[in-house]
Amino acid sequence: MKHLFFGGLHPADRKELSAGAQLDVSFRPARVAISMQQHIGVPCTPLVSVGDPVKKGQKIGDGQGLCVPVHASVSGTVTAIEPRRHPSGRDVLAVIIENDGLATADTAMQPHPDYEHLEIDTILGIIREAGVVGHGGAAFPSNMKALTSLGKIDTLIANACECEPYITADDILLRTNPQHVLEGMNIVAKVLQPKRTVLAIEDNKKEAVSQLTPLVRETAIELTVLPTRYPQGAEKQLIQAVTGRQVPSGGLPSDAHCAVFNAATFAAVYRAVCLGQPVTERIVTVSGEGVRAPKNILCPIGTSFEELIAATGGLSEDIWRVVSGGPMMGLAQEDLSVMTIKGTNSVLCLSTQRNQEKENPLCIRCGKCVEVCPMHLQPLHLYRCKNDTAMLSRYHVLDCVECGCCAYTCPGKLPLVETIRRGKSNVKEAKES
Amino acid sequence: MNLAVGSSPHIRSSNSTRRIMRDVCVALLPALVFGIAHFGLRALLITLISVAAAVAAELLANRFLFKDGRDLDGSAVVTGLLLAMTLPSSVPYWMPALGSVFAIFVVKAMCGGLGQNVFNPALAARALLVLFFPVHMVRFYAVDGLFGGADTVTSATPMHHMAMVELPEQGLMDAFVGNLPGCIGEVSALALLLGGAYLIYRKVISLRIPGAYLGTVALLTLVFFRTEQPLVWMLYQLLSGGVLLGAIFMATDYASSPVTPKGQILYGIGCGALTVLFRYFGLFPEGVTYAILLMNAAAWLIDRCSAPVVYGTKKGGSL
Repeated sequence: MKHLFFGGLHPADRKELSAGAQLDVSFRPARVAISMQQHIGVPCTPLVSVGDPVKKGQKIGDGQGLCVPVHASVSGTVTAIEPRRHPSGRDVLAVIIENDGLATADTAMQPHPDYEHLEIDTILGIIREAGVVGHGGAAFPSNMKALTSLGKIDTLIANACECEPYITADDILLRTNPQHVLEGMNIVAKVLQPKRTVLAIEDNKKEAVSQLTPLVRETAIELTVLPTRYPQGAEKQLIQAVTGRQVPSGGLPSDAHCAVFNAATFAAVYRAVCLGQPVTERIVTVSGEGVRAPKNILCPIGTSFEELIAATGGLSEDIWRVVSGGPMMGLAQEDLSVMTIKGTNSVLCLSTQRNQEKENPLCIRCGKCVEVCPMHLQPLHLYRCKNDTAMLSRYHVLDCVECGCCAYTCPGKLPLVETIRRGKSNVKEAKES
Repeated sequence: MNLAVGSSPHIRSSNSTRRIMRDVCVALLPALVFGIAHFGLRALLITLISVAAAVAAELLANRFLFKDGRDLDGSAVVTGLLLAMTLPSSVPYWMPALGSVFAIFVVKAMCGGLGQNVFNPALAARALLVLFFPVHMVRFYAVDGLFGGADTVTSATPMHHMAMVELPEQGLMDAFVGNLPGCIGEVSALALLLGGAYLIYRKVISLRIPGAYLGTVALLTLVFFRTEQPLVWMLYQLLSGGVLLGAIFMATDYASSPVTPKGQILYGIGCGALTVLFRYFGLFPEGVTYAILLMNAAAWLIDRCSAPVVYGTKKGGSL
């Protein structure tokens, strides 16, 4: 049964730029900077010192509470432990490792191909030890998401929508290693015991769909092919598209009896449990009109944007913005020394600015923002009462998911997302005080 | 390395206010060209005066009222065109000029300019002209033949006949093609429908307002028919008296209509119902102008009552 989420739109997806190229598996960075904060929650404390030799997969940072460890993504020597630029724009403590190019593997984690016999606690423990976080961008620790969903959900959803334009990382993962994703789903399904296990994908990924179709035939996994529309891959919208349910305002997916993990997260779970490999690498799409040879790269975590871009032939002369993530929700970077983290699915290089905001934007009340808002908000009113926190609350500003549909479609080129984001933090502040 | 930073989204659609205004002008062209062919060069001159006055008024307003450096976005051209299309080709030349200046200065700029006006500027200007100069506004040149020149004999429009509760003397096909006396831009249903189809194709407007508007007029005139032939009566009601011009180009004016999808349907229904009410019981034979202006005044209320139910809330986001 398919449903429709509210609103949405279909921007030119430009996925052809990177989808055609082979996955680059031979990329080796000279050095990596492993951020101690790669997840939502408490940052890690480094477990190594400058000068220490480290192996690939060795745990080099961990902490208490809502925290999962981080691991060395290459073998080599720790040359520094100092703050480095994080995609969020802040400087965050990082362990810098000079790559010796040997990829000597750490063997602390055991493979468990027979996970069927493992206790739930053991599986969750392995997922934590491997440092698995949501690979879609938000980077919530996956063991905690599974733990808080235990006994509350009836639908487990693998999010392979990848609805952001340009990005093809999950697409190429499903084309090259579909079994990893499906096995990962089986593992999490064993933990959460859902009634339905759904792999949700959009119909613009034809090759992945045709590969998956025979693979899911004899399994309990449903392959749900959804009509391509942005922001289908947003958690709330995907739950609505797959189940017809809505996550209550201010609530969690488990309140709608759903748990959603990114497809790449499931692959990470598979590698952690069955192969005993912690999260040390991920597929990153390096694309956009601003790089010469867009492609997907199997990238050790902690590689700088600079090195990744160099591996795709470098920036073109008319480069305008470099974005971590997709063009609709990603974060613009001012500095290419920024390090990739577990949630970095894309390094997007956009050339000369097009159709951007004007100096004195005027709302013409066309209502297009209302039409496309997947949360059924009225962005024009949120823009109009930007300084009135009481009105903003009444217009449900906190329910905005910042998907950018309103600003994308706005003919007046209003800075809607920026303004609403500011409104959200003002309302939160007002609530706290 | 000079990298720009800024908020997401980093891509935007190619849609723009200028593009929308250009599309509306293009959509108005068939009806305008027909009107000029039908009523002669006088219609062209009236249109030019109306547009020129509107653009001049907009320039002055931008220069002296708004100090934020806003430039022309094409909306004044649309207002000028729309006003001209609601005038008989027999009006004196100063009337379109007066109307346009009133539309841009008083109705639009005084409210805060583009997007802020409560009333449709062109329609409000037309209402003003009807109020002050009724003689000029209800006198139509008779026309013989499609490209016949205008003579000075006044002629009864289909609306005059229907106000007398009789079927018009003009044939239905004439009403569809536009072989009628009337205002410059309202006579050809065919040309107006072409323009409407273009606007919907370009996604400038949706079917919600014109669909609800025309559907309501059709339903009400069919149910409450006043001649022996209900269907013919209904078709005449739809094809004449500017109801198509109103439903497609006037009621869909962004600034003066609701923004919520549900509200737009309610608004369209309201426009349709009021149009029929005015036509049946009003002083003037046609009711489109006042129906839409009244609904303009109610647009904010309709918006309030029809706010979409926010995702994940039971009660919804209305105020």
